[in-house]
Amino acid sequence: MEILSLLLNGFAIAFEPLNLALIIFGCAVGLFIGAMPGLGSVNGVAILLPMTFLVPPTSAIIFLGAIYYGAMYGGAISSIMLGIPGASTAVATTFDGRPMALQGKADKALVAAAAASFVGGSIGVVLFTLFAPPLADIALGFGAPEIFALMLMAFATFVGLGGDDVAKTLFSIFIGLVFGAVGLDIISGEPRLIFGDIPGFFHGINFLVLAIGIYGIGEMLWTIEISKGNVVVSQASVSVRRIWENLVELTRTWKAMLLGSFLGYFVGILPAAGATPGSLMAYGFAKQMAKDPETYGKGNINGVVAPESANNAASTGAMLPMLTLGIPGSPTTAILLGGMVIWGLEPGPMVFIDHPDFVWGFIASLYAANLFSLLINIAFIPAFIWVLKLPFTILAPVIFILCIVGGFVPTLDMHDVWLMLIFGIVGYLMRKLDYPMAPAVLAIVLGPLAEPALRQSLLISGGSFSIFFTRPFSSVFMFIAIALLVLPLGKQALDARRRKTERT
Amino acid sequence: MRMAELVMAVVMAVFSLYLMWKSAELPIGWIPGEGPGGGAWPFWLATGMLLCCIATVYRWARRLTPESRSEDVYMDSRAFKLFLLNAGALAAMIGLFHIVGAYGAIPAFLIFYLRFMGGHSWRLTGTFAVVTPVITFLFFEIALQKTLPKGFTDPWFEPIFDFFY
Repeated sequence: MEILSLLLNGFAIAFEPLNLALIIFGCAVGLFIGAMPGLGSVNGVAILLPMTFLVPPTSAIIFLGAIYYGAMYGGAISSIMLGIPGASTAVATTFDGRPMALQGKADKALVAAAAASFVGGSIGVVLFTLFAPPLADIALGFGAPEIFALMLMAFATFVGLGGDDVAKTLFSIFIGLVFGAVGLDIISGEPRLIFGDIPGFFHGINFLVLAIGIYGIGEMLWTIEISKGNVVVSQASVSVRRIWENLVELTRTWKAMLLGSFLGYFVGILPAAGATPGSLMAYGFAKQMAKDPETYGKGNINGVVAPESANNAASTGAMLPMLTLGIPGSPTTAILLGGMVIWGLEPGPMVFIDHPDFVWGFIASLYAANLFSLLINIAFIPAFIWVLKLPFTILAPVIFILCIVGGFVPTLDMHDVWLMLIFGIVGYLMRKLDYPMAPAVLAIVLGPLAEPALRQSLLISGGSFSIFFTRPFSSVFMFIAIALLVLPLGKQALDARRRKTERT
Repeated sequence: MRMAELVMAVVMAVFSLYLMWKSAELPIGWIPGEGPGGGAWPFWLATGMLLCCIATVYRWARRLTPESRSEDVYMDSRAFKLFLLNAGALAAMIGLFHIVGAYGAIPAFLIFYLRFMGGHSWRLTGTFAVVTPVITFLFFEIALQKTLPKGFTDPWFEPIFDFFY
């Protein structure tokens, strides 16, 4: 009851004219920044942080929270419309969102992404309101072995993400992980895998370079080839009635939405995890649990709903350790944390007692930001669809330019742009031979999280892998991971035996 | 398609061996008090890549993959020409970034693609060639303060920046 009263007080703060205006403005700005390839919530929050010094701290964090939410919604737009994940959190949305757009169902994919984001965000914020302190305690108990086991579980779901060829899928995971290891060794600080002593490799390979290369340039080369250069990208149309019908149809995806929301929220709470692993795992689990897993990657709406609900739930979850413990759960919350310190607020359990107006005003604003992001997103769907109707010979060069600029902006290094072109061409050539590319992109994102966790775990155990099987949480994750890895291999062996029997 | 699958697997196997050798520049074994050496993680991953390539070659030899049974051409002459035109135009644009900068390379790429590959009118081509770099400049350089390469045109932008700041 006390929570309800505090929350109502928070709503009174969030709906003050200045704060409400900041929520709407923040959601709109975040939506457009998130929709730009190469820019995500972290860029939006970082760029606009200085602007918040003009308003009181509560209004400031409300504004930044709204940008964060808007950008999480916006990330899906470029994934669906252009096939380029705007940020790592939207990588999984590309797998089915882009095929849907190419099938003329862009409006359906956009509505699904917006609605799933709303559901994920809503569930996330309700869980945030009700279970903040106890969940933070559980997450705090996660050490390196649990983090590695969780990452391994995420990798195991990738095997299910690929096609039927397990060897090619595993190859894709391994090469993504190796690319994630390029740069400086995280423990000794020594240069590692610096190909040809080229300086650009010292800062590592940004995941966006691989993602934009494969999903931007590679995808465009693929589209140009299969259409012989004469394509209209999509025949999608949109109307209020169609949006409503799409929303009604989405009720059938409630399982994927709930799965994504709860999984995403829990993964989001984990320090240093954030929304990306949550969305990827949600996609993998949704596919593993589906009755029609073969339709994933070909335009299954559940493949849009699961990662989108997960990344929004995770973005809310990532704020929990930031507020309650002072530990950021994602890069964006790290900047929010920095903002809180600049505003003179000390994050941690005492912030709930010392600054209840700030905390509850912020939590209430998340409900409002979630709603406004949904409304703004749906209102702009006709504009997004119009872009898809442009002739391909206009759209293709614009997308290529967005890829190049989007690949340059994160590191401001032309080396990355050349690397992106190479990845795009090699990715396109490999895709023609049925090498799944998604696992490589996912692996380069998660690799830098998995390696330190593995090395720290082995250091603790003196080199024994038993550490992963003797701790309760990590052992559960390990057994699930092993099961997920073994299942596709077993299925492949059974299929081979069945084929052999049929032949004889 | 069948030959392409074998070539790709062999090329990737060689690349895996290179990665294993490159990883071994750092210790790949156990270092007392420090745990696994810095090269261990990429070394074993590259070993995994090599094993996957061997598995692919084995499956190719036994005609277990769809590509190993396919009689289709990997890339016909028209597809190859389109691939070369697009990849070449992109490479040329990126190369021009170093010389004339983004605001020279982007219009040049748009003119080539819209007018000569797309067959659009000069009016449409010109509009895109002017508007796209202007929007790019205002969004990235002014609003987000992300500086794009300008090559030898860098000094030409000083009055524009003076105007905005």
